[in-house]
Amino acid sequence: MDFFHALADPDNTFLRLALAVGLLSSIAFGIIGTYVVTRRISYLAGAVSHCVLGGIGGALWLKAIFNVEWLDPVYGALLAALVAAFIVGRFGHNPGQREETMIGATWAIGMALGIIFIDLTPGYFDITSYLFGDILLVSSRDLKLIIALDLIIIFFVASCYHQLLAVCFDEEFARLRGLNVELFYQLLLALTAVTVVLLIRVVGIVMVVAMLTLPAAAASLYARRLSGMMLLAIFLSAISIVSGLGLSYNANLSSGPVIILFAGALYFLMAGWKKLYK
Amino acid sequence: MNRKPPIIKITNLDFSYHEHPVLEAVNLEIQEGELGSIVGPNGGGKTTLLKLILGLLQPDRGRIEIFGESPEKGRRKIGYMPQHAHLDPLFPVSVLNVVLMGQLGKQSGGLFGGYPHQALETARAALNEVGLSDCEKDSFHQLSGGQRQRVLIARALCTEPQLLLLDEPTANIDPRSEENLYETLVRLNRRMTILLVSHDLGFVSQVVKSVICVNRQVIIHPTSNINGTLIKEIYGGDFNLVRHDHRCDKDGHHPNKPAV
Repeated sequence: MDFFHALADPDNTFLRLALAVGLLSSIAFGIIGTYVVTRRISYLAGAVSHCVLGGIGGALWLKAIFNVEWLDPVYGALLAALVAAFIVGRFGHNPGQREETMIGATWAIGMALGIIFIDLTPGYFDITSYLFGDILLVSSRDLKLIIALDLIIIFFVASCYHQLLAVCFDEEFARLRGLNVELFYQLLLALTAVTVVLLIRVVGIVMVVAMLTLPAAAASLYARRLSGMMLLAIFLSAISIVSGLGLSYNANLSSGPVIILFAGALYFLMAGWKKLYK
Repeated sequence: MNRKPPIIKITNLDFSYHEHPVLEAVNLEIQEGELGSIVGPNGGGKTTLLKLILGLLQPDRGRIEIFGESPEKGRRKIGYMPQHAHLDPLFPVSVLNVVLMGQLGKQSGGLFGGYPHQALETARAALNEVGLSDCEKDSFHQLSGGQRQRVLIARALCTEPQLLLLDEPTANIDPRSEENLYETLVRLNRRMTILLVSHDLGFVSQVVKSVICVNRQVIIHPTSNINGTLIKEIYGGDFNLVRHDHRCDKDGHHPNKPAV
């Protein structure tokens, strides 16, 4: 196995870094993915992730035109994701208001703005790694950010597990019991937004929602508890990322799509298994 | 007669969805200890009335007082059981954790942390009340429709309510469970006021103390003044609006006054 030899090679720090980022991002994918699937907000997460391109483009443009040196695209991405999460959370949630139309519009406008900003920015800029991800390009700063994200997510979920459970299971009842349903919902969307931004490194804007939904959806077929679903989703996404990273390295393929194919194959295998044997 | 103030008091209420009137000129008073059944045709406004009482919908006109307060405040004393059809049937959650949701908002912290020991005891007592003590570790999605309905009643009980609001508790349950449900409700009625939406006409004549007819307008009939034959005649076949209006003219049906 070339991949494991390569991992052991002292020169290949980038590969070990990629593996560490992949394993640690599984925690965020598994936990946030569980909420995205059970709260049925994958379409909202899709809109948020595509708006990220608008933020990246905007940041690149400002940086080039106004010489704002410190403005890394990741700040633009974070701002865009949080704004998009607020918009779809605030206005995409009114039954009877054709919410999916509004979410779709946010999705498309965010992405279009990104491309226009990049057109306006002087010089050539390759957006492929943002769109499809390249886990081999991660830096040690990415690793630190993902560790911080994991810790925030774990703290949030550990302290509000039952409240989030109630909000996801039966929002109306949770509201009647005096829970601030809107606050929890917005917090969940904001965390989803930050997760999307940081994990775009792994699988890219176009496919990040697949990594949020496929492992969690596969886990939901077998889990009896929300916490069990989270652990299983973390495990499944770790398998997908490690296998995807290994295969893409050996076969010289793009890492993002191979990871997604592993996650997708796992989902369909587990769904098929359940249909046949349960 | 020197009566206590009503626990639900609705005065001159109008409500419409997108300018389509659903409830008009509603006046209703529910006294403590009532066991009432809300009946009426589909689309007649039964669930709307429940949601107005719970403060989930706002009336266009008129007043609602629950325990002498606004619905938003008074609803803390209401245990509500929705129809389980709107819940995700695959949601991975244990029966005990569903029932425990009734205790949310009772802890002093509110935002953080798990349930205190006391909450667990309340939840187990509620499960015992609906006869599902053995199922606390089961997953909600493994249960039959009737069992899920009972779990949701237990969740409503777990809020330690003074008023129980049940939306179609007899939907999709078998006759034996239905019998058990009636016994449970009669027993619970000794401690709390109960209002339920029901299509079950036999139930109406057997155990409830009054029938609340909802079809644009709301009229309450004490069952002591209506015999079974009459109820079957009125609600047994098609819902007969003309006859209903005829029986319930303004003079004959003030809330809590016997039918003429």
